[in-house]
Amino acid sequence: METVKVVVCGPFNSGKTEFISSISEIEVVSTERRITDGSRAVKDQTTVAMDFGRITVDEELVLHLFGTPGQKRFDFMWDILSEGMLGFVVLVDSARPETFREAKMILDRFGRYSPMPYVIAANKQDEEDAWPPDDLRIALKAPSDTKVLSCVATDRESVKNVLLELLYSILDSMHEE
Amino acid sequence: MALKGNLTDFNVTQLFNLINLARKTGALTIEGKGKKADVCFKEGKLIYASMDGQDTGLIGMLEKAGKISQEQCRIIRARSKTNADKELGLLLINAGYVTQDDIVKSVRSHTLDVVYLLFTWTDGRFRFEPNKLPAEGVITVPINLENIIMEGSRRVKEYEMLQNELPDLDMALKFTERPDARLQDINLTVEEWRVISFINPRNAIRQIAKANSMSDFKIRRIVYGLLSAGLVDLVMPGGPQRITAESEAVSAPPPVKRSLIVRLIDRVKRM
Repeated sequence: METVKVVVCGPFNSGKTEFISSISEIEVVSTERRITDGSRAVKDQTTVAMDFGRITVDEELVLHLFGTPGQKRFDFMWDILSEGMLGFVVLVDSARPETFREAKMILDRFGRYSPMPYVIAANKQDEEDAWPPDDLRIALKAPSDTKVLSCVATDRESVKNVLLELLYSILDSMHEE
Repeated sequence: MALKGNLTDFNVTQLFNLINLARKTGALTIEGKGKKADVCFKEGKLIYASMDGQDTGLIGMLEKAGKISQEQCRIIRARSKTNADKELGLLLINAGYVTQDDIVKSVRSHTLDVVYLLFTWTDGRFRFEPNKLPAEGVITVPINLENIIMEGSRRVKEYEMLQNELPDLDMALKFTERPDARLQDINLTVEEWRVISFINPRNAIRQIAKANSMSDFKIRRIVYGLLSAGLVDLVMPGGPQRITAESEAVSAPPPVKRSLIVRLIDRVKRM
């Protein structure tokens, strides 16, 4: 049995748990705990270790989805979770510009895992105040060849599209066999 | 759809850059420092700016620029039946008080003054309303944003430089261990001494700032000076460990075949 890994990262409360829940064939193994710091006003619980989802391709191949912890004090987990990943999704809450700076820092940090394909998912596009993906691209200073995709993490089709675009990017980055 | 946010998260430079690159048309309202500013753009160009508490009328702009006298102001205001700047401008030109070029330059200067002031705002709510333009009768002067962004950025350069040089206020300080450092013959300001008195590997810079009621900007400026002078070194809080470049761990992608990715794509498509 071969397992491969995709990492879903993003700022606190960007929708990583929902993203993985929407596509995983198993109930997401989430190690959420009650928040004890100032972030509590935003969300009652957050991911303190990771979210874990699974997509079985066949008897020989399984795709694992890992969500990174949302809070900065768990940054040390990122290196652990990123080990051996195929690529990553940066999930951004399009309706909360106050999180864009953190998203940019995450992008920069994961950008060091080079060469590593990734896509940016402009989440919560169903919300009235959501910044359009094109504006988000500028805000995050994402390169023109980086995919910035519209996303609603609670919508399975939307999540499928993001994941497929990432897989296409991974495919494009590989040499011909 | 209005773009809303706070300057603490998306500053004026970034906002102007977005508007410029996206060639946006609309009105940006920023409320900060107890004031409100309105800045209008057309197809990515700055065309108008006003701020609460400032005389934004054409007469006031020309007087401020020294183009007309107080007496000329009084005469034109007495003759005019309207406050619309465009009509006032025609009256002024017909009276021979100013040229069209004087008006354009004065409006441009006023607009830039307002906008450059905004670059120093680091906190405040903003809202960009697409396709909203200034009221009829207002004189607008289109100005490219690139140069404004450059100049505005220069004005906040010091602050940004300090942030770059000292990005992490959770680091601590310790006195340098270099034997050639002379700590006795230096002159420090009172505020620098206040910082010096708290230097200890156990005290994060942020804590020192809090203890001295200093802003992030002020503590950065002082610490940067101390670092540049070679008096102190950055250390991780709680111990003597020297700061090192952040982990540069590189995790190369695993050696997988294209066929594996194709299988994954097929599987996701079927979900």
